[in-house]
Amino acid sequence: MTSKEQKVVELEHVVVRFAGDSGDGMQLTGSLFSDAAAIAGNDFATFPDYPAEIRAPQGTVSGVSGFQIHFGQKEIHTSGDLADVLVAMNPAPLKKNLMWVKPSGTIIVDTDTFTEKALSKAGYDSNPLEDDSLKDYNLIKAPISTMTKTSVEDLGLDNKMILKSRNMFALGIMFFIFNRDFASADEFFEAKFKSNPLVVESNKKILRAGYNFADSVEALSRITYSVEPAELAKGKYRNITGNVATAWGFIAAAERSGRPLFLGSYPITPASEILQELSKHKSLGIKILQAEDEIAGIVSAVGASFAGSFAITTTSGPGLSLKSEAIGLAVMTELPIVIVDVQRAGPSTGMPTKSEQSDLLQALFGRNGEAPCIVIAASSSANCFYYAYEASKLAMEHMTPVILLTDGYLANGSEVFKIPQVAELAEINPPLAKPNDENYFPYRRDPERLNRFWAIPGTEGLRHRIGGLEKEDVYGNVSHDPLNHQLMCELRAEKVARVADYIKPQEIIGDESGDLLVVSWGGTYGVMIEAVQEMQQAGKKISLAHFHHINPLPKNTEEIFKRFKKIIVPELNLGQFVLYLRMQYQQFTFHQYNKVQGLPFMVQELVDKFNQLLPEED
Amino acid sequence: MAIPVSESEVANQIKLTKDDFVSDQMVKWCPGCGDHAILSSFQKILPEAGVKKENVVVVSGIGCSSRFPYYVKTYGFHGIHGRAAALASGIKISNPELMVWMITGDGDSLAIGGNHFIHVLRRNLDINIMLFNNKIYGLTKGQYSPTTPTGHKTKSSPQGTIEHPFNVGELAIGAQGTFFARAVDTNPKMMSAVMLEAAQHKGTSLIEIMQNCVIFNDKIHADFTSRETRDEYQIHLEHGKPMIFGKNNNKGIVFNGNKLEVVTLGENGITEKDLLVHDKTQWEAGMHVLLANMKPPHYPRAVGVIRAIEDFTYEEKLDQMIESEKQHSKIKTTDDLLNSGKTWDI
Repeated sequence: MTSKEQKVVELEHVVVRFAGDSGDGMQLTGSLFSDAAAIAGNDFATFPDYPAEIRAPQGTVSGVSGFQIHFGQKEIHTSGDLADVLVAMNPAPLKKNLMWVKPSGTIIVDTDTFTEKALSKAGYDSNPLEDDSLKDYNLIKAPISTMTKTSVEDLGLDNKMILKSRNMFALGIMFFIFNRDFASADEFFEAKFKSNPLVVESNKKILRAGYNFADSVEALSRITYSVEPAELAKGKYRNITGNVATAWGFIAAAERSGRPLFLGSYPITPASEILQELSKHKSLGIKILQAEDEIAGIVSAVGASFAGSFAITTTSGPGLSLKSEAIGLAVMTELPIVIVDVQRAGPSTGMPTKSEQSDLLQALFGRNGEAPCIVIAASSSANCFYYAYEASKLAMEHMTPVILLTDGYLANGSEVFKIPQVAELAEINPPLAKPNDENYFPYRRDPERLNRFWAIPGTEGLRHRIGGLEKEDVYGNVSHDPLNHQLMCELRAEKVARVADYIKPQEIIGDESGDLLVVSWGGTYGVMIEAVQEMQQAGKKISLAHFHHINPLPKNTEEIFKRFKKIIVPELNLGQFVLYLRMQYQQFTFHQYNKVQGLPFMVQELVDKFNQLLPEED
Repeated sequence: MAIPVSESEVANQIKLTKDDFVSDQMVKWCPGCGDHAILSSFQKILPEAGVKKENVVVVSGIGCSSRFPYYVKTYGFHGIHGRAAALASGIKISNPELMVWMITGDGDSLAIGGNHFIHVLRRNLDINIMLFNNKIYGLTKGQYSPTTPTGHKTKSSPQGTIEHPFNVGELAIGAQGTFFARAVDTNPKMMSAVMLEAAQHKGTSLIEIMQNCVIFNDKIHADFTSRETRDEYQIHLEHGKPMIFGKNNNKGIVFNGNKLEVVTLGENGITEKDLLVHDKTQWEAGMHVLLANMKPPHYPRAVGVIRAIEDFTYEEKLDQMIESEKQHSKIKTTDDLLNSGKTWDI
């Protein structure tokens, strides 16, 4: 794309981080860069890093908004550890993000913004562009604001408006470095500003000005990088966030089961996008109640389930606490519902925009009485679709509540998603009671799965009463009989335990036996697989068992554990899955590695930890 | 109000009797409890409600009153404490053809379930609520409730309560309730009439049933329901009729420009023409609140249908919205959705 003598270096994978003030349009810049990566055939994963406050004071570290993309010609599992390239639009984003840049990584800054005032707002004592603090990095000083203005001065737009497009200049620089095509960005401008051709033109010009600027900078123009297309299976692809994938998984399940979808939900970070996404698609018959509180969210779902809808509720940790009693009601009435917990850092309000895996024990045990739930966890933004779908299938076919755990990283992160066809998804067959069935009783069960049957109000000949009070086996009358209570508790537990017969066996990534088995679950999959594969390539006898089914556990779990000399369970909590595993498999020694900083694991820290447990090399 | 069924089904329905709605469960309320009479009145009106028996759902929360669904042979759901309104909302939104009755009490709906109670009224879902107000917690054995009069001595207020009680009607109308009625458990005829009117009302219908707990709060409503007081301290409001009450039908209610006032016909030149005429359909809520708040000794307690206004319901708006989206959106199936927006082929 450039006429000059130039070296193009091929890279396997790259991490780029865009960072600016909340108003600098970093999310848009990131998403346009992602589009270009998609067009180039790369695999990628992204993660937005929003400030916790809606409009934190401009120029301060707490107001910084970031967007990270990890793209490559290999399979990409995470949004990446440390950035190869950081674009910092102001001093504060530089201050906040420097720790996330690789040693000797590239940093591109808008020098025009490094004024004394801005530096002091960001908390700098001296200008990092002038002192020697960045000498180990490849620092590109670009007067982005000035050049943005110059590039469109002939268009007669006002300065304020022009400066809003500063991010497109930065994007142009990145397009040059990574040899990207303008087409997808141009397409976006044309669609977005359809009614204002001048703005379209200005954005296009600024983008190209950034590109040309980069071409003229010696430090940049000598080398650009290419990231070749990844080897992805043939098919149609799209980019998807975990929350959207979750919402769509439920939509697919409703269609496939023939039951109308009902959502009762109360907004909470980071789960609200599921509610918002489903609200958009009423054309698919989805009924939604934005309830007055978390409790009404789930209780309305239980009511809707009784009335024959496939009902779900969505929340995060604090909301799950509020829903506990009603989950028990669904356990007792044996009605299908799915409860989504998009986990965030707790306890209490905790750190709402930060991710964690610390609701596992709450999901498993956080209810009064003997109240078992099926618990499953998604492990990537894209597979939130499939686990939402499976949660729905299990809830409806086994007539019991299912808790689906995702987390803030999966929810807000995005990934390349191969678009499936609904007809190819597993069938969902809810056990509906037949009209006027004389053998219908509310607690008569299917002999195999032990589910009761779904008798929907309006159906002739099936009038019956259920509720939170203990019920007599088969007939469903209120019962305080001691032996009946024990029987019913055991039946409800056995029903959930038997789900193990209907889920996939646990998969091992790597050899079936070895020195070390990494046992992980949920949203940490990406970083686990990267760490484990790196060590496997180095010849280590290490394998990964990443769990999606938590309750019940897959039937081959014990068999897998037996074949390894050591087992380590890394989690983003203080040891919840490991506690659960110790409870069930007392014969094994489980090592643990725990992090609760509201941050994901880094590949390197995992590799270091795992190496400590492996035999010393000769 | 529920969707009428086909004529043949309605004809079939007419043959139903109270017995078709009596379940096989033994009724376990205390002897003398007002609940028995309420249950009987309810079972009597169901055959007249104009819906298939399979389309009736009775929902409750927790408390003595909330055992109600077990005794009615319909679809029933005995929920958890305070949440009946949320449960009923999910059922009604899910299938608007169902006629949903919600049975609750002063504790269930005004204390633990206060939030759901005001919001179901605000949303105006077409649900019929019967709130049994006995001004005490019965099932937990005698603690005060949000409607217990200030100073009343109960097990948890041995020195008398120090709380201001809710007036159910004032609260409900304040929450934008479109239908409020009050009935007394000792007057089955009026209860039945009010229940039927509630069933026909489009939107949330709230009936406050003044119910006597013989064990923990006996005679709590005696100031306007006993043989001695009911004529002088109870006024039956009827739409379009002047507000007259009293043993000799010689007392009435006027509005003096500032507040309501009890007057005697024939005194100070007062004639029937001076009296207020009840208009349950008046949109402005002020008069209905004043009427709902009347109580002895300065006023009679109003019974009957106090407010019944027409407004849209949540579920009809939602269904209209869904229909309109179905017509206009390009996304008709999940596959359409999955393939919408930016996609690329590899």
